[in-house]
Parts: sequence; structure tokens; C-alpha cells
Amino acid sequence: MYSRFPTSLKRHLRRRGTPCAWGTVGKAVPLMCVGTIVALLTACNHGSPSGNAQAAAVPTTNIQGVIDSALEPGVNHTLITTDPRAGAYYDNPQAVNDGKRLFTQYNCSGCHSSGGGGMGPSLMDGQWIYGGRLEQIHQTLVEGRPNGMPSWGGKVPDQQLWEIAAYVRSLSLPQTLAAQNGPTPSQTPAPVPKSADQDTGWAPPPDTTNDYGTTLQGPAD
Amino acid sequence: MKTSFTVPTLLATLALTLAGRSATAQTVPAPVPDNEVFTPEQIGHALAAPTPGAGHAAASPENAPQDDGQWTMPSKNYASTRYSSLAELTPANVKQLQPQLSFSLAVIKGQEAAPIVADNTLYIVTAYPNYVYALDLTKPGAPLKWKFSPWPVPASQGVACCDVVNRGGSVSHGKYIFNTLDGQTIALDVKTGKPLWRTQLGNINLGESITMAPVVADGRVYVGNSGGELGVRGWVIALDENSGKLLWKGWNTGPDKDVLIGPQFKPFYTSDQGTDLGVKSWPPDAWKIGGGNMWGWISYDAELHMIYHGTGNPGPWNQEQRPGDNKWTAGIFARDPATGTAHWAYQFSPHDEHDYDGINEQILLDMPFGGHMRKVLVHLDRNGYVYVIDRTNGQVLSADPFGPVNSTKGVDLQTGRPIMNPDKVTKLGETIRDICPTASGAKDWQPSSFSPRTGLIYIPHENMCMDWMNEQVNYIAGTPYVGALVHMKPGPGGNRGAVTAWDPVQRKPVWRIKENFPVWSGTVVTGGDLVFYGTMDGWFKAADAKTGDILWKYKVDSGIIGQPVSYKGPDGHQYIAILSGVGGWSGAVVSGPVDPRDGSAALGMVSVMSDLPKYTTAGGTLYVFALPH
Repeated sequence: MYSRFPTSLKRHLRRRGTPCAWGTVGKAVPLMCVGTIVALLTACNHGSPSGNAQAAAVPTTNIQGVIDSALEPGVNHTLITTDPRAGAYYDNPQAVNDGKRLFTQYNCSGCHSSGGGGMGPSLMDGQWIYGGRLEQIHQTLVEGRPNGMPSWGGKVPDQQLWEIAAYVRSLSLPQTLAAQNGPTPSQTPAPVPKSADQDTGWAPPPDTTNDYGTTLQGPAD
Repeated sequence: MKTSFTVPTLLATLALTLAGRSATAQTVPAPVPDNEVFTPEQIGHALAAPTPGAGHAAASPENAPQDDGQWTMPSKNYASTRYSSLAELTPANVKQLQPQLSFSLAVIKGQEAAPIVADNTLYIVTAYPNYVYALDLTKPGAPLKWKFSPWPVPASQGVACCDVVNRGGSVSHGKYIFNTLDGQTIALDVKTGKPLWRTQLGNINLGESITMAPVVADGRVYVGNSGGELGVRGWVIALDENSGKLLWKGWNTGPDKDVLIGPQFKPFYTSDQGTDLGVKSWPPDAWKIGGGNMWGWISYDAELHMIYHGTGNPGPWNQEQRPGDNKWTAGIFARDPATGTAHWAYQFSPHDEHDYDGINEQILLDMPFGGHMRKVLVHLDRNGYVYVIDRTNGQVLSADPFGPVNSTKGVDLQTGRPIMNPDKVTKLGETIRDICPTASGAKDWQPSSFSPRTGLIYIPHENMCMDWMNEQVNYIAGTPYVGALVHMKPGPGGNRGAVTAWDPVQRKPVWRIKENFPVWSGTVVTGGDLVFYGTMDGWFKAADAKTGDILWKYKVDSGIIGQPVSYKGPDGHQYIAILSGVGGWSGAVVSGPVDPRDGSAALGMVSVMSDLPKYTTAGGTLYVFALPH
């Protein structure tokens, strides 16, 4: 492990072009960074009589410009995992209503209450640990999850799992939230529009009050 | 009554519409009117008039030995008095009380444990993942001696009904002994923090977890399971203190041989007499998934050589699915500590309809009653009554309400049974409104303290009621088995909590401090006549034990639901320690993954606690206080 470290560090330095590019800005921090690197390399080359001199030379030499790749995780979500079985449960009022009934019958409500959570997380806040598309919810139902979600795959007809997934997907829809009448939400679930799960990739949040384009380009002269 | 939700509902809906995606809390429902509950005069009963002249209430020296300044078990002593005789702090000087140190627990779930102090070391067990810390009190700043991470299986979080809490450990013979959420009991070497033994007791696939503090006495470790909301069958187990090996296991439902009922079983009341009542008082096989768990307090009686432990609610909550008394749920057992053999049992709430677990603390006292000194246990039940019980035979001597009660009309002292109020019987598909106390009780697990100086019990409790509708529920192993849609609300007066100083001899409150939120922390009372407790909005307070005047308070980083303790430091001075970290059932709306828009969330608790996120945030810190010196 120690012997690999200088190599990967060198690669990192070459790619970034500067020894202190990893997320630090300012004047004091780069100094600390160099110091840290020197210390690390010193430790790595421990035992070599001339190790210190070599290590200190690394950050300032062998810098050969930016090496980039086409990989951009998190920017453009290509839906290669789209499950064709999900299609039937979009825009399907019957599915969400059946799912609501099953949600109680299989004790989902015991942990997730009327969508607000309890033993298990809230399902109405639009925050998803394992993905919020209908097919991802279905996958969570099938597989279970490590923090306490049981796995239902093979124990419950798969169609019912899709119906429960549709209901769960519906709970955070604006239409479903707006229909709440009283202290118990999720009683009139809206069907899940297909558009709700279409991921168009990253974009600035719709409610930003200043134009991201300007920020990107820099201020006008 | 039926319209009480209308205005808040309209407001909440309007706010939701306006705010779009932002989390808009429900409005806390209006309090239940004063005349909805009974007065103590209407429903309090005793077998004899008070005879305070017959003696002074106190714990026996066997059960509450002379205070050595340590705090080695959550209950302080076997009598569970949580009384510290230290008297450096007094009403006159408590205003100078200052924080001496704080220590982050690195866990921001509800912290219900008592800090433990033994041999100048302070031990803490956190909520899941149940880290254990040992701090060296002899050095400045109390540096960490060791930390132990038991790594409970993460899925155990999914079977913990009411936040992933832990109520503490105990030090005995060089070991720190505690339980993990995934059902282990572990003994650590106090010097090294390394396990000397670890025993798996529960199975999360059945919904079992463990949150209670083990009781260590007489070479044995007593442990019970949690899972009353998941159809888990309750038990109490004794382990050998030195090896962790099982000595006995007593089930709280089922046939007599499982419950360890034999010829020595002599319950006081007729309805508790018979064979296999733990089977016969249930629909067929329902006792196997009927709850009766032991997740609260066990008292060991060193004087009479007995243990006393409560039993939790029957499952499911929907009472219409389990006709019968549902023995031995929502009650109490006296068992032989060596064998587990039951000597007597009693149900506070036979055929419980309202989730009134019987697992709260029992304080073991010698107390004047009917002109004589009696060996009693005082139990502050979820159902709202202070029970004074002759602990030699299980006879209820008095039962008086200490909180809002209308689900029952008193306890019939001839039969021992509560007199049910037909207006508050729960029904399938029909919401029964304004049931008091609420499901979490007039008081939950949070333990009281007793001062031999004042003769008073300092009860931290709730003032909350609820609306309840039964729902049909199926049993699926490892999932909730509840069957009720509950919405809680404040009790009469609107203050959701209180600390009450209760005189068990005179059967009445002496003073009461009202709090906005339920008081979910324990209390400790000291030889300087101070009572310490914390609030869910993050105040740690000291009250005058005689008058209830708040003399000092300090704001900590998060709400308090832990157990304060008082100990003598290596320098000879008195210290007060408490964990902050809001959570638990009542605080899940802050510490848990819970949405305040769903009033039914967290088993109906969110309805009454939806404003808590405006007052506090999740945290988890040890605070230690002392006078400047």
C-alpha cells in the first residue's frame, strides 16, 4: 500500500496540474498542503538515503498538463436501467389505489405510517436514499435495504409490489400532497405521471433567484 | 370534540398549498377540555386512610445502601430511588452551577441512558450503534480511556419501534454490562474496554430488539426484550454475570411452564388464579405473537430476594383482535431471582386497549399504610395511576391518578381490576376521541426519584391524550403488528408535560411544574434537596425539592430525554451529569426520519409533537456540571 501511494499521488498531481488543487482555495492552505505531501512522501520513502530530496522534487516536476476523460458521473443520467415493466404503472389511478390498500395490508404503514414515517423513513418528503423512480422503489421492495427494510421479493406477487411502488412514488407528488385534508396525508394518491420520473440531467433548481448562466460566465464588464 | 381538528386542518392544508415542497407541520391540536378527565377525588382509591404517623417512608438499607458517591447502575440502587445523598449543592448555591465539561457522543439519536460512574471513570452507552465510552475523571477534561463499538446489525434499526434508544449499562465487579439494539448483552472489562463475554438473546427477524438497561445483582444479569409493536412474545432472562451463560428464561405469555408458574405462584386476585391463563386468556395461539415485553425497569429486592418487573402492552394494539385478559401483559411479576419462578403477578391493564405498557419503574419502600409499616413497591403506570402495592403478596393498597385519566374510572381494590370507561373503548373503523392518557401514557419509561428527606416521589411525566381508531392488521414476522390509527393531543391545560412531587403516604401531589413538552427525562433528587431534570427543548433544570421552584437552568445543545445522575468526583466535589440528545418516541419528529405533516406518524406521536423541530435539533452530548472550585 505504501509503495503504491506515491504513484497515485503523482498521477493525481499530473492530472490536476497543481499540488494543491483538491478543493482548497486561499493562501495558507497550499503551504500546509505542500507540507503534508512532503511529510507523506517522506514517510513513504522511509529507508532510502536520498528519499527526502527526491520526494520534495516531485510536486514541481513531471507536470504534463491536464489529462481528462469523458466520464461525468452525476451530470447526465442515461436511463440504461429503465425497467419496461414499470410502464404499466404510470398514469394508472387503479395502481396507486390498489397500492394504498396493500400498503396497509402488508404492514408498510406500521413503519412508514401514512407516509410520514416512524420506524422507517418518511416517504412523502421527496428525499430518497435508494432512488425515487418507480422502478427503483420496486427494487427496494424486492431486495430490502440494510437499515431495516425487509425484502419482499418472491414473497408477494410482483404485480402487488409494483402497485405498492406506484403508491409510494405518489406520496411525494405535489398533487398528492395538495390533496391532504386533515392530519392524515396520502389518503387520495394521485396517479404517477410518467414525466415525474423522467430525468433530464442536472439543472439549476427552478427556484434560484439569480441567473446561473451569469455565474457561469462571470460578471459582465 | 369532533370539530377539534377542523381549524388546524384547514390551516395546515392552506399552509401546505402555499409552501409547496417545504415541510409544513401540522398545527398541534387543541388541548382536551378540563372536564373530559376525572378528578383524583372521583377515581382515587385506597384500602385505608393515610397514617403518616406510623413511620417514615424510606428504602431499606439492603436495597439502598449508604451512598458511596458513585452511580454504578441507572437506578442508583436496588430500591430504584435515584437519590444521591450528596449535599454540596443546595438551593442557596445552585445558581452558581456551571458546566465543567462536555463530550460529543458522535450519535444524534435519542439518548436515554444514565451516565455511570465507578472508580473515577464515567461510562456512557449511546443510542444505536451503541458506542460505549469510558472517560477518566481523574484527569483534566476527563479524556477518553477507551471506546467500544459493538457494531449491531444495521437492520435492527428497522425493528425498533420508537427510535433506536438505549437506557444504559451497569458496572459490577470490573465489568460494564449493557445491551445492544440487535439483541446482545455484552460485558466489557472496565480496564480495557474489551468484551469478556457477549451473548445473543434476541432475533431481529422476529422483530426482537433490546433497549432496556440490564440489572446486575447477586451474580446475575437480568434482561428483557422489546418488540411489543411487532408481535414479539415477551420474556425476561437471567444470565450468569461471570460467563454470560443463560440461567433461566421466563416468558410473559403462554403456558405456565413457559411463564415459570408453579406451586409457588400465589397471585393475590381471583382473576389471576388458575392454570395456563397465559394461553386461555387469548384467542388460539395469539399469545405467541401477543407482546408483553420487558423493555423497562427491573427492580431487584435484596431484602426479600425477589425481582419485580413489568410487562409491556399486548399486541396488536387493536384490542378487538384479541378478546380476553391477555395475560400476563400490561402487568407486573414477582420472580425468584435464582430460578425465575413466579411468586405473584398482577395486571395493571388486563386486556389493554390503549398501549399502556406496565414496564415503568418500581420504587421499593418501607412505608406507613393503615397504621403499620408495609413493604411496598410504588409503580407509576402508563395508565395514569400511582400504584402502591404490598410487594410481599401483590395486593394493591392504593391507586390514585397522577395525570389526566378518563380511559378508566378508578381501580376496584376488591378485584384489583381497573373500571373501564365504556365511552373510551376503542373500535374498528370508528375514531374514539379524547382518550386520556395517551398511548405513551401519563408517564412512559422515564424514571422517577424518591427522597427519604422529603418523602416525595419526583415524577417526570406527560399530560397528553389521543384519538384512536382500530384497524384490522395482519401478523407478518418482523414487521409492525399495531392495527390502530392514533393522533395524540395535549391534555387539559395544554402543557404537554409536568414534573410532579407526589406524596405516596398522603396520596396527593405536593407541587407540580408544568412544561410545554412532555418531560421525557428522568429525575434525580439529592441530599441538598434539589431535583434535576431536562426538557425536550433543551433546558437542564434544578428545582427546589420542597417547593418546586426552579432555581437554576442551563440550555444545552439538544433536547434532553436522558437520566441525570449525581456523583462525587475524585476531588471530593459533587457533580451532576446528563446526556442531551432529543429523540425517543416523543422526539422522533426531530431525530427520526419522520415528516411533521403526518400526524399519525411515529404511532400518532407526531400529531402532538409537530412543533418540536422549531425548538430543538438532533444532538448527543454528555454535560457535567459542578460549582466553581
